[in-house]
Amino acid sequence: MSIFTEAQSKAILDKVIALSKADQCTAQLKGSIDGNVRFALNNVSTSGIVSNVDLAVEVAFGRRVGVATINAFDDASLERVVRRAEDLARLAPENPEFVPAVEKQAYRPSPTFSSATAAITPEYRAQVAADSINPCKATKLVAAGFLQDGQSFVAFANSKGNFGYQQATGVDYTCTVRTDDGRGSGWVGRNLQDSSAFNTGADIQTAMRKASASADAKALEPGKYTVILEPAAAAGLLAFMFNDFDARRADEGRSFLSKKGGGNKVGEQVYDAQVNFTADPWHPDAVVMPWDDDGLPREKLPLVAGGKVANLQYSRFWAQKQGKKANADIGNLIMAGGTKSTAELIRGTAKGILVTRTWYIRMVDPQTVLLTGLTRDGTFYIENGQIKYPLKNFRFNESPVIMLNNIDELGKPVRVKGDESDLIMVLPPMKIRDFTFTSLSDAV
Amino acid sequence: MLRRDFLSLSGAGLGAVLMPPFARAVAAEALVDGAVPVEVKRRLADAALAAATGAGATYCDVRVGRYLRQFVVTRDAHVENVVNTESTGAGIRVIAGGAWGFAATNDLTTDGVAAAARQATAIAKANAKNQTAPVQLAPTPGVGVQSWRAPIRTSAMSVPVKDKAALLLDVNAAALANGGDFVNSVLFSVNEQKYFASTDGSYIDQDIHRIWPLMRVTAVDKASGKFRTRSELSAPVGLGYEYLDGNKADQTVLPNGVVVFGKSYDMKADAIAAARQARAKLTAPSVKPGKYDLVLDPSHTWLTIHESVGHPTELDRVLGYEANYAGTSFATLDKRRDKFRWGSDKVTIVADKLQPGSLGAVGYDDEGVATKRWDLIKDGILVDYQVIRDQAHIIGKTASDGCCYADSWSSVQFQRMANVSLQPGKARLSVPDMVKDVENGIYIVGDGSFSIDQQRYNAQFGGQLFYEIKNGKVGQQIEDVAYQIRTPEFWNACVAVCDERDYRLGGSFFDGKGQPAQVSAVSHGSSTARFNGINVISTARSLG
Repeated sequence: MSIFTEAQSKAILDKVIALSKADQCTAQLKGSIDGNVRFALNNVSTSGIVSNVDLAVEVAFGRRVGVATINAFDDASLERVVRRAEDLARLAPENPEFVPAVEKQAYRPSPTFSSATAAITPEYRAQVAADSINPCKATKLVAAGFLQDGQSFVAFANSKGNFGYQQATGVDYTCTVRTDDGRGSGWVGRNLQDSSAFNTGADIQTAMRKASASADAKALEPGKYTVILEPAAAAGLLAFMFNDFDARRADEGRSFLSKKGGGNKVGEQVYDAQVNFTADPWHPDAVVMPWDDDGLPREKLPLVAGGKVANLQYSRFWAQKQGKKANADIGNLIMAGGTKSTAELIRGTAKGILVTRTWYIRMVDPQTVLLTGLTRDGTFYIENGQIKYPLKNFRFNESPVIMLNNIDELGKPVRVKGDESDLIMVLPPMKIRDFTFTSLSDAV
Repeated sequence: MLRRDFLSLSGAGLGAVLMPPFARAVAAEALVDGAVPVEVKRRLADAALAAATGAGATYCDVRVGRYLRQFVVTRDAHVENVVNTESTGAGIRVIAGGAWGFAATNDLTTDGVAAAARQATAIAKANAKNQTAPVQLAPTPGVGVQSWRAPIRTSAMSVPVKDKAALLLDVNAAALANGGDFVNSVLFSVNEQKYFASTDGSYIDQDIHRIWPLMRVTAVDKASGKFRTRSELSAPVGLGYEYLDGNKADQTVLPNGVVVFGKSYDMKADAIAAARQARAKLTAPSVKPGKYDLVLDPSHTWLTIHESVGHPTELDRVLGYEANYAGTSFATLDKRRDKFRWGSDKVTIVADKLQPGSLGAVGYDDEGVATKRWDLIKDGILVDYQVIRDQAHIIGKTASDGCCYADSWSSVQFQRMANVSLQPGKARLSVPDMVKDVENGIYIVGDGSFSIDQQRYNAQFGGQLFYEIKNGKVGQQIEDVAYQIRTPEFWNACVAVCDERDYRLGGSFFDGKGQPAQVSAVSHGSSTARFNGINVISTARSLG
């Protein structure tokens, strides 16, 4: 069993701390049980369960740090991992940016655990696959998808008396549905902490509808268009931008948030006044751990308020150097919005393009956060409040900074997860002016 | 898809150390010895094979693996982190009732692997109930007892960490002394000790080494608020520490004065150049968008080959197995039947698992198939795909191509890209001779941003360094260049490829595919190649 209780975890961590002869010691236990099912061509292709627990021990002699890990927890193993970390630390060069372990904290727990998700069985996973495949099979559509669910725990302690323990769960489902002639493709994604809110039967209909409706796509000349980005389409662009919300990089002059002549843009109007982003570990739709990997407590942190940069992330080293308060790495990203659904935004649009999803987004120029990527799995032309016809996919070259200065309207935020980001995001569908498409793609 | 930015991930803290797939952190000296003796591996494999067949499996393969990784991470004048990881265990794959089953364990006792083999068989039997067609394996004769070792001179794992740190800090100091404001550098070493056994009668022991020195030099102009970076022109390679020897004989000076590297790398010389070139970028003029003839150095072309040829010729993508993640392929089976013209007659592209010093070179793949080299595109025509044992019958092949790989003992093996490379031109042609005929072109060195659609038609690539070519002469350094292509048009615009004297390898350590995602390392070779009339956009923007 790789989910330890708080008492089991504390007993192990206390032993580790007591064993260490170093100036300081931090120990962290992480365990998880993850299950998955993968399907393609309307058949299950793989299915599995992986469970593991690891103990990581970090010790420091002065500014020399060593880390070792192990996945056995008898007394001899604990002794071995501590000695190994100490041996490594003695050999390590001094780190001039060393910061001592965090002091004892009082963490405010966040409800990251759902018993329904933790109880998911192989039969449940098989049923999700069947509920995805069967309606597709019946209508000459082809499903390819992946369900991954997991429960986990993290526990940590250090020689200054700090301790934390919490369990978490998560479910992530994605399904791509294609027409059997390969001319249409649709997609749906659902990321949840509590699986009791998950309904494959309803979600698969979204992907099926988009697949059928996206065949016979017309080509539209690339250029600047009003777009409605569904939350999943915006997630990848925003995750890239928030990688640069780092005070050190901005202060060093190597970020779009660096100021001419030195310093950073905290307090400056960088976005349209409708733009508000917050990181909030207790947000009901996106609960995350109340600490980061360093054990620093997360707080509700405004990042952009009324279009002005409100806060950047200060590591403990950089905060100390600049005389600022350190803040924990963020675990989620909440963007404020309005009350309208994507469908309602479409109804209020004279001419525009609906983008279901974006793909293979990469940084082109970090100076302006210019990103390139493509639309996929459901791109449609909107006229007079109606979806008129499917469009061939586009390549875009656009900066989220420019995009967030061209907001027409924001809809009701929903929980999403980006393809390549660990952040849980709550984002509205966005109606954006002058979004830059630079070429057409023949890909379906 | 390629992982996007290893440097930004590599400042690993306690949390990152726990990140899979890098496994358990160990002391550096544990990387040098501690290998599982081959007779122990044989005993474990036999126990698993017997348990699987005893439980009803009609086929079984066992991979007993020890995977070692080391990262030495520096920033400016100090070492940020040294991480050594080790992961050992066994992965057992079986066919029972015509279906696959897989189980893995880190319990390396005969009882432990036998239990995993029985579990894999039980999973296969459960999967067989819903299987519509039984797995068909291309026949692979057993090869008995074999061993293969990467042709390296010095294992990077045997070089003391302090020597590696000293090298990187020397590199960083050189960059900072030559115009760089910041420098991050990393030395990443990998050793895979893999033992494979199967019910076909093969017992194969292999020792694989890879190394990747990488850096990013940043130049900042605080007054204008502008910054630019230049990353390494090295390649990740299937070599030992000797790759860092910096032999002059392995260096080429391009017509623009840029120094590029072949079988060995001079990291310090590259750092000095990187610092100067990053600073020059701050004042380099922006490209005027339009159609240009592109002259692409192999340090750049590898990534274009990877994305626009390597991926679309993977059969599992062609068939739809990757539709929900990495995507499908425009290169459908009818295109091979109809002799689809992928490129001009200058374009011959081969898949190759033998190439010495490449990331993909092994003696046998992860299902015991002896490796080989084969044509994918011959004189511009699509002639073949990349297939493994259970796919060969689908396209009428009688044998696997030997390109099956798993990134860990705990991951199930599946089709992964072989080294896929553009063959050098047959006629004698040097880079200066190629450039002298170009009237209005851009010379691109090094890989930059990259993005391609899910069927591999529309791609956009940047680079590290861009130079104007006017009337046969290489001119000033320019900035903000990206080119956009449609795959077949791009390869049909290839009008010349330099000869074998200019052939060099590039590659990636982190090609991602599958769900749950696995990474693999793959090389791509080419000589400098010319593509006429390619659409170039300017990536310059203003945030006001």
